[in-house]
Amino acid sequence: MTQLASISSTLLYVAFVLYLIATLFFGGSIKSKKHTNQTGKNRWATIAITITIIGFISQLGYFITRWIAAGHAPVSNLFEFITFFGMMLVAGFIIIYFIYRAHVLGVFALPIALLVIAYSSMFPRDISPLIPALQSDWLAIHVSTVAAGEAILAISFVAGLIYLLKDVDLTKKGKQTFWLEAVLFFIVIVAGFIVSTTAAQIAGYQSEFTYVNAEGQEQVEQFGLPALVVPHQGELMTEGNFASSIEMPAIVNAARLNTVIWSLISGTLIYLLIRLITRKSVSALLQPLVRRVNLNLMDEVGYRSVMIGFPVFTLGGLVFAMIWAQIAWTRFWGWDPKEVWALITWLFYAAFLHLRLSRGWEGNRSAWLAVIGFAIIMFNLVAVNLIIAGLHSYA
Amino acid sequence: MNEITCKCGHVNPEGTELCLSCGRALTADAETKKTSDVMRYEGMARRSQTYKMSVIDKVWNFFSSVKVGVWLIFITLAASAIGTIFPQVIFIPPLEPPEVYYEDRYGFAGKIYYVLGFHDLYNSWWYLLLIAAIGTSIIIASLDRVVPLYKALKNQRVNRHVSFMKRQRVFTEYTVQQPAEKVIASIGDNLKKRRYRIREEDGHLLAEKGRFARWGPYVNHTGLIIFLIGGMLRFVPGMYVDEVLWIREGDTMPIPGTKQEYFLKNDGFTAEQYTAEEDSEVFGETINRVGAIAKNFQTDATLLKREEGTAIGDESKLTEVESHPIQVNQPFKFDNFALYQVDYRQDEIRSMSFDMVNKETEEALGSFEVDLFQPEDEYKLDDEHRVELMNFYPDFSGFEDGEPQTASPVPNNPAFLFKLYSPEKPDGEVAFIAIQESLEPLGENEFALKFSGIETRDVSGLTVRKDLTLWILGLGGAIFMIGVIQGAYWNHRRLWLKRTEDGKLLAAGHTNKNWFGLRKDLEYAFNGTGLAQPKDHMEENLNKKASGDVKEEKNNDTTS
Amino acid sequence: MSKRKKKRLILRISILTVLIAAVAYTLYSTLTDEEKTLVKAGDNAPDFVLTDLDGKQHRLSDYEGQGVFLNFWGTWCKPCEKEMPYMESQYHEFKDQGVQTIAVNVGESDFQVRNFAEKYNLSFPVVRDAQRDVYDAYSIGTLPTTLLISPEGEVVDVVKGEMTEETIASYMEQIKP
Repeated sequence: MTQLASISSTLLYVAFVLYLIATLFFGGSIKSKKHTNQTGKNRWATIAITITIIGFISQLGYFITRWIAAGHAPVSNLFEFITFFGMMLVAGFIIIYFIYRAHVLGVFALPIALLVIAYSSMFPRDISPLIPALQSDWLAIHVSTVAAGEAILAISFVAGLIYLLKDVDLTKKGKQTFWLEAVLFFIVIVAGFIVSTTAAQIAGYQSEFTYVNAEGQEQVEQFGLPALVVPHQGELMTEGNFASSIEMPAIVNAARLNTVIWSLISGTLIYLLIRLITRKSVSALLQPLVRRVNLNLMDEVGYRSVMIGFPVFTLGGLVFAMIWAQIAWTRFWGWDPKEVWALITWLFYAAFLHLRLSRGWEGNRSAWLAVIGFAIIMFNLVAVNLIIAGLHSYA
Repeated sequence: MNEITCKCGHVNPEGTELCLSCGRALTADAETKKTSDVMRYEGMARRSQTYKMSVIDKVWNFFSSVKVGVWLIFITLAASAIGTIFPQVIFIPPLEPPEVYYEDRYGFAGKIYYVLGFHDLYNSWWYLLLIAAIGTSIIIASLDRVVPLYKALKNQRVNRHVSFMKRQRVFTEYTVQQPAEKVIASIGDNLKKRRYRIREEDGHLLAEKGRFARWGPYVNHTGLIIFLIGGMLRFVPGMYVDEVLWIREGDTMPIPGTKQEYFLKNDGFTAEQYTAEEDSEVFGETINRVGAIAKNFQTDATLLKREEGTAIGDESKLTEVESHPIQVNQPFKFDNFALYQVDYRQDEIRSMSFDMVNKETEEALGSFEVDLFQPEDEYKLDDEHRVELMNFYPDFSGFEDGEPQTASPVPNNPAFLFKLYSPEKPDGEVAFIAIQESLEPLGENEFALKFSGIETRDVSGLTVRKDLTLWILGLGGAIFMIGVIQGAYWNHRRLWLKRTEDGKLLAAGHTNKNWFGLRKDLEYAFNGTGLAQPKDHMEENLNKKASGDVKEEKNNDTTS
Repeated sequence: MSKRKKKRLILRISILTVLIAAVAYTLYSTLTDEEKTLVKAGDNAPDFVLTDLDGKQHRLSDYEGQGVFLNFWGTWCKPCEKEMPYMESQYHEFKDQGVQTIAVNVGESDFQVRNFAEKYNLSFPVVRDAQRDVYDAYSIGTLPTTLLISPEGEVVDVVKGEMTEETIASYMEQIKP
């Protein structure tokens, strides 16, 4: 079983590398001088999608072997769930790719998937047994449907981002230019998080604090990065490690805030470095990639993804969620923060569809809505688990 | 009401944008509007727009507007988000008074949160009104649209006016060499293979597919309304039970909410944890990292039923119904009720044993056990020694005027007032014994009591639930899903072919979404006719706009 | 034409009325949800049978024709303890005027109840509701709670919390036959 678990990790690693290579090939496909249009047959793209599919199969292998090793569907903690979300993102991309053959989607969808998978591996990766509340077939059914729905909705974000990169006139300063850059800046921050955490992990950095929590009890907290902020009445137990003197109030989780600060710092550094070297904003840097994009097609891809993803999300995030909640938590709805944010996500996409269907919000506006929708999904995926405590915070 | 008579002679109700018969634009406004906006409801007059008069109509029109609906959604969305900033009052520790808790923990922001009532936001009257407004909007907006849409689609004509055709997004005017009938027949045959329904009138053709997708929104709205009705019915007495039952191992108690009809006996509670040895070795690392992980919480229970006609309080006539384990994720269901394992308290003291000893010689004179739930007046140790229980304080909390106090009836901190009788002390010696202190209030004693043992048991925390609205909610949810899938995964596609008097053939296509799919169908339909498929003008324009600095694709269109 | 318009107006009014009624009902139910007492003033008091410390059974319906002063209490509960002597003296005052007093101990052992009754010399029936059967049926909640039951067996009032001797007297006066 332990061997199977290690095979599983290797397969995930292989998938990650393959997605990376596939991204480069997709990049080649849209740069290719021979093919002026970005859809249809193209040797670069054929290689790229083939590698993507092999990568997907490898990740599927990770999923299945881990399932066998653990004895339950590997969607029970943040690492497993986010990885699965990444896998569904790739699956969604592959499906949409075969419908529309839009190569440029790969250039953006795969890096997002890579970032998602890398992000997931920042959480504890060992296989954990299921607590009683999770011991149900509904775990696999509910979580996988939610992940699939959110991943398909995320494709609309990718299409929207591509649309905006082309559509927004970057030569003019304005709200759209600013916010587009802000979205990209945020993505760089996530990269910053991954870089700083990985660096600290490789260096084997770990410090321990004892502190007093909000209930007045003494507790121990691990810091994976040098402590720029210290927990409430925190005392450093690991000698020689860095600890600042900025103390946080008891209700703030100092270790997480510390990680956020480090991500901001390293992300900003990366961002500034990019700007310094290229002398361009990140949006301007990416814009040549989308120069030949068919805006109408991107609009349709984005809309279609919402159309496909919305029912799937509703089924997983609300219907299955309610059925399971009735069984495990005695009530189908209890205003747990994660439930509320699932409702918010659902309401948002419902509004998206009404605006589009009844008020004719297409193109640029629709693309912005897709970006905001993705931000809500990410908030629910990450922030609600880490910041807002509730029944869903297992990891 | 004013009617609009079209040039073709058809009389349309006020507010109509496109003539229901031929499709001509009827107003200057409709002429300039985007085609997709006009085609959304087939150019029909939406009921709410037809006239504005009384207050009732104004209210009606307010809720009929999609714009209002979207605003309501966004307000609800924002309100819901606010409710997650700090924990809701149901999630705070039950003994903390909320008016103190929020300010203590979250400072000024917490105080504001509490004062504004956000700590119980989802039960507030205004949140409920928001949901009600959304429900109203769904009902009225749907009614206003589905009726005219149904009429328009039911009565649609095959032959449309040239202006209607021309303004469609997919449109081409062909000059055909071969007989037009043949071309039309061939296209019709091709589309039949693609499951289009074909209607022909005077040599014109209408091919249509997936009209039922248009009903998707109304079906899913119906589902939502049923769901909301289900939610409302919870408040009807008798539909919903939500009770808590704390039951000690070995006890038999009435199940609250069952009108004293059912009883539950707790046959034992188990809490298990994972171990790396017994369970999979792959869990070892996690267990080392985070410590013990719970594996199972289980109450083995027996359901009993009180015989009919027996008065409350009389527990002599209980008959066993069935025994069943209750686990998390495995509720015990009976007669519309379900019992859930939700909580537990471990190791509540059940009985305590004492040894009576002679303080000086340390000679043991015998022992006795006090059942905390059935204490006795007197415990005989042997013929000469006995202990009288003078008083019992299950939850000893200190002295008040020299008198021991108990804070609750739960044996959290049992204390006893004993009187020890022996041949040496025939009048008895008084001893006060608690877990952490013992006193000899009436002077130094010769004899003492020592704790010699303790027996504990667990207490199961169960939730009793009855929810007769579930099937309505399930029905609503199912209808919603059917509707949303119907609307999302099917498309309403149409192709009009019109022969003009000057021998031209006009082709126009429309779909409510997925133009890519429509183009594919048209490609198939025009295959073998010698004609290129009708052009998607939106696609054309954008390609022109998009290519800018890139070489234009070769255009293979033979008709242009 | 105007006939159609009229029909439409009536339809709209009726739909809106139904909606408003539904919302009003839901609002009313949510906002009054907190007090979920099953047994309230005006209800028929559910019949029960409990045994007192001497082993004598007391059935509520046996007291038909008399007012019943039904007190739920616990030995650990301070306000219950305080009002016991008042109840004792008022019991003597009213028992010949057709008002019966019954004190229902909730969930405690025979020893504790007996000890308590002896300490306060209680002469009215003190019954034990060991499994909280009657307590649940009357959905009492907090102790002490006292129900005033009329000679016809109808609940006249549900009194939550501690009572003074005067209020006890006035309550008993209320349920005199």
